[in-house]
Parts: sequence; structure tokens; C-alpha cells
Amino acid sequence: MTLELIVSKIWKIYNGRPILRDLSFVFDKKEIYVIMGPNGSGKTTFLKICALLETPDKGEVFYLNSDKKRIPEDINLFRKITYVFPEVGIFNASVFDNVAYGLKIRGLKKKEIVSRVEEVLDFVGLTHKKKQDALTLSSGEAKRMGIARAIVIEPEFIFLDEPTAFVDMENTEIVKKILLQIKERGKSTIIIATHDTHFASKVGDIILKLENGKLLTENFA
Amino acid sequence: MEFLIEAFKKALFLIINLDREFLEIISLSLKVSISALIIASIFGIPLGAFLGMKKFPGRNVVIVFLNTGMGLPPVVVGLFLYMLFSRSGPLGFLYLLYTPTAMIIAQFVLAFPIVTALSQASITKVDPIIKLTAKTLGATPFQVALTIIKEARYGILAGVIAGLGRVMAEVGAILIVGGNIAGYTRVMTTTIALETDKGNFELALALGIILLTISFLINTTLYFIQKKGVPANIT
Ligand SMILES: Nc1ncnc2c1ncn2[C@@H]1O[C@H](COP(=O)(O)OP(=O)(O)OP(=O)(O)O)[C@@H](O)[C@H]1O
Ligand SMILES: [Mg+2]
Repeated sequence: MTLELIVSKIWKIYNGRPILRDLSFVFDKKEIYVIMGPNGSGKTTFLKICALLETPDKGEVFYLNSDKKRIPEDINLFRKITYVFPEVGIFNASVFDNVAYGLKIRGLKKKEIVSRVEEVLDFVGLTHKKKQDALTLSSGEAKRMGIARAIVIEPEFIFLDEPTAFVDMENTEIVKKILLQIKERGKSTIIIATHDTHFASKVGDIILKLENGKLLTENFA
Repeated sequence: MEFLIEAFKKALFLIINLDREFLEIISLSLKVSISALIIASIFGIPLGAFLGMKKFPGRNVVIVFLNTGMGLPPVVVGLFLYMLFSRSGPLGFLYLLYTPTAMIIAQFVLAFPIVTALSQASITKVDPIIKLTAKTLGATPFQVALTIIKEARYGILAGVIAGLGRVMAEVGAILIVGGNIAGYTRVMTTTIALETDKGNFELALALGIILLTISFLINTTLYFIQKKGVPANIT
């Protein structure tokens, strides 16, 4: 099933200042969208509204199925969407158990959990860390674990807020490769907020700029 | 001095010989306190979790009451329960006075605020990012709550063990509602109080040594729980 995200005329106002103003957009491709903009321009706010973690003050955000029918906002929809925070939330457990979390709560069989988790750990290069206490990972490793934990559930929409924050060049390179490979699988729409121009130009298929509360298409030479 | 050493010798003799009465007293003590603690945990952990996760009007009042409850004087708890359970009291028809059940209830009253308040405190301390992370990975509200409780598990366990420490050591409440009946409601602390009063030091000392050992074990466990969180499975 393919999912489409419709953002329709949304407004978000904080302390009398509109952060998002009458913003509309359709995310309908299984590609990588990158949203750029300076600090405080509203990238995180926009991403959270899209991921249904926050609500707009005006306007609507909703998802359509392949028949263009609006999907009700319930756990079935939430389970198709995931969000990776800039500071990865780490459960006090091993790397393996952190990554297995989304599969366990979906009630998957142990055998399938093990094989899927091992596959993604290999994919992000953390196989040798699987038994380690996740709280002891370095920032770059934690970021990769956060991505592994998000993709193992095979979401249709993945939101990544500042995936290269706190990450060195080598790990940024790895994150980039991982994201491009997820895209190649063609199963997910990936939406990234970042102000790392270089990274954006390397991974983004569609680059958008958040400016004065509006989303503009940007051209990179 | 002579007399002290003599009493110690006899006490050790009692311990080494595993005197029957002596063992019965220890076993009842453990049964009463652990039962009280299990019941306190069954009610206290979910209530602590609720208080730790939900904001509602009057929540602060509840928390202040619980914190006050953590310091309830055991004799006062004993007094209230005595009045409730005595023949002419409102619950007199249950004939609970001077039974192990009454002692369990008394220790439950003492342990419950500790378990609840410390669970609440450790759940409140869980980083909000954990909740968001669980949610964005597809957890239902109930699964999110379980995940938060799991994150707070060492703090909760520390609360349970602190509760055990308190009830194992108290004498006021169980003495009043249990009555220290030989072979039926005598536990370590009440026996120590009574035997000391009678000048019968050896049994009192022997039990004192055991009680101190248990307390030492409880505190060692507590120390390691707080220090070293061994990662376990989530959910
Ligand atoms: N809950 C809130 N209450 C008040 N103001 C808020 C709230 N959340 C965000 N803001 C404000 O909205 C503006 C946009 O914030 P947002 O976090 O979306 O920006 P951003 O583009 O993600 O910035 P950065 O690049 O620093 O991450 C900021 O001025 C911020 O202070
Ligand atoms: Mg941001």
C-alpha cells in the first residue's frame, strides 16, 4: 500500500508569531525530501505536525491511501509513520533490544524479530555492538541505532530531524549511504530536516526551503 | 561485661542450633513483611505510575499526602487499626485483631506510601524523549506506559526494597494489632521488645543479629540496584 501525506493550508502560531503560515504541500513520492532553513525557521515544528505529533492551529494534515481515501488517525496509521529525533531517545537496554522494540510491541514472533533486527544492525554497521548497553553508544552510533530502530519496522514515512547533528564526517557519510539505500528499496517516503547544505545536496531528491512560514522549492546547482 | 559476653554466646548458640521457636519467629516476620510488601507493590506501583505520568487537578495534594505517609509513625498506624478492628470497632466483625492478617494490613499501610511515592518519583524522572520515542515506534498508550515503567524499573525496585526495610524494622504497629502471641503472632521486632523487657537477652540478641543481617542484605541489594543497572529486555 502506498501512503500520501497531504498538508493543507496549515498555520502554527507561537506567542503571536506565525511560524507556519498557510502552508500546503503534498508528499507523494517514495523519495527523499529535504527541508532546509535556518535555526528557528520552523523545520521541527513542521516535521512534528506532519508526523502527527503536534496539531496545527489552522489547516489540516492527513494521509491518503492508494485509493486516495483519507486514513483515520489511529494506531494503524501511527504504525506506518516514524520519527527520529535529533537526540535519539535510548531505552535503558541493549542495542538489540532497542532496535527490536518496534517489532516486539507489534507482537511479532521471536524468530522473525531476531532475523529482522540482525539484518538492520548489519545494514547500519552495528552488528558487533548488538549486546552493548545502548546508553554507552557514541553519538554517531546512537544515531545509526536510531535509524535502524526506525527502519526495522518498515514504515511508509520516516521523518528525520537533524540526522547529522552531533555526528562526525565519517558517520555522516554512513548515514547518507543508509538513507540512499532505504530509498532504493522504494518502500518509504523519507523527510529530513537539516541545515547541513552539503548533506542535503547529497541525499535530497526534492529540496525544500522553509522561509517566512512557507515551503519553497530550492534549486541546487 | 561478663554478662554481655555470656548473652552473646547464648545468642550465637541459638542461631547455630537453629532453635525451632527462633526459626518460627523469623519465618513469620518474613511472611508478614513480604506479603505486606507484595500487596503494597501491586497497588503502589500502578498508582505511582499513574501519578508519575498523568497531570490532573489535586495531583500535588495526593503526592504531599503520600510523602507524609512515608513518615507515618507506626504506633499511630497501630492505634488506628486497633480501633478499626477491635470488637466494638467498625470492622470488629472480621475478628482480625491479634492475627497475622492484621499485621500484614498494618505493614501494608506503612509500605504503601513508600512504594507509591518512590515509584512516582522515579517515573516522573524518566526523560520525556522515552515517551515520544515509544510513541513514534508505534506503541499504544498502554505500551507507552509499560515502557516508561520499565525505564524506571531500578528506581521502582529501590522503592520496594526501601519499603521492605521499613516494615522489617518496625515494631509499633504490629505489636499493637498482632499482640505478640507466642507461636502465632510473634515476630522478630516484637519478640526483641518483649524479651528485652523481661530481661531475657539471649533470644532478643539472636533475633537482633538476624535482623541486622537482613537489613544489611537489604541495603547491599539497594546499593547495587541503584549503582548498576543491568540492561534487560524491553516490554
Ligand atoms: N512549544 C513551543 N512554544 C513556543 N514557541 C515554540 C514552541 N516550539 C517551537 N517554538 C518556536 O517556534 C520557532 C520554530 O521552532 P523550530 O524548532 O520548529 O525551528 P527549527 O527550524 O527546527 O530550528 P532548529 O534549526 O534550531 O532546529 C522557534 O522560534 C521556536 O522558539
Ligand atoms: Mg529543529
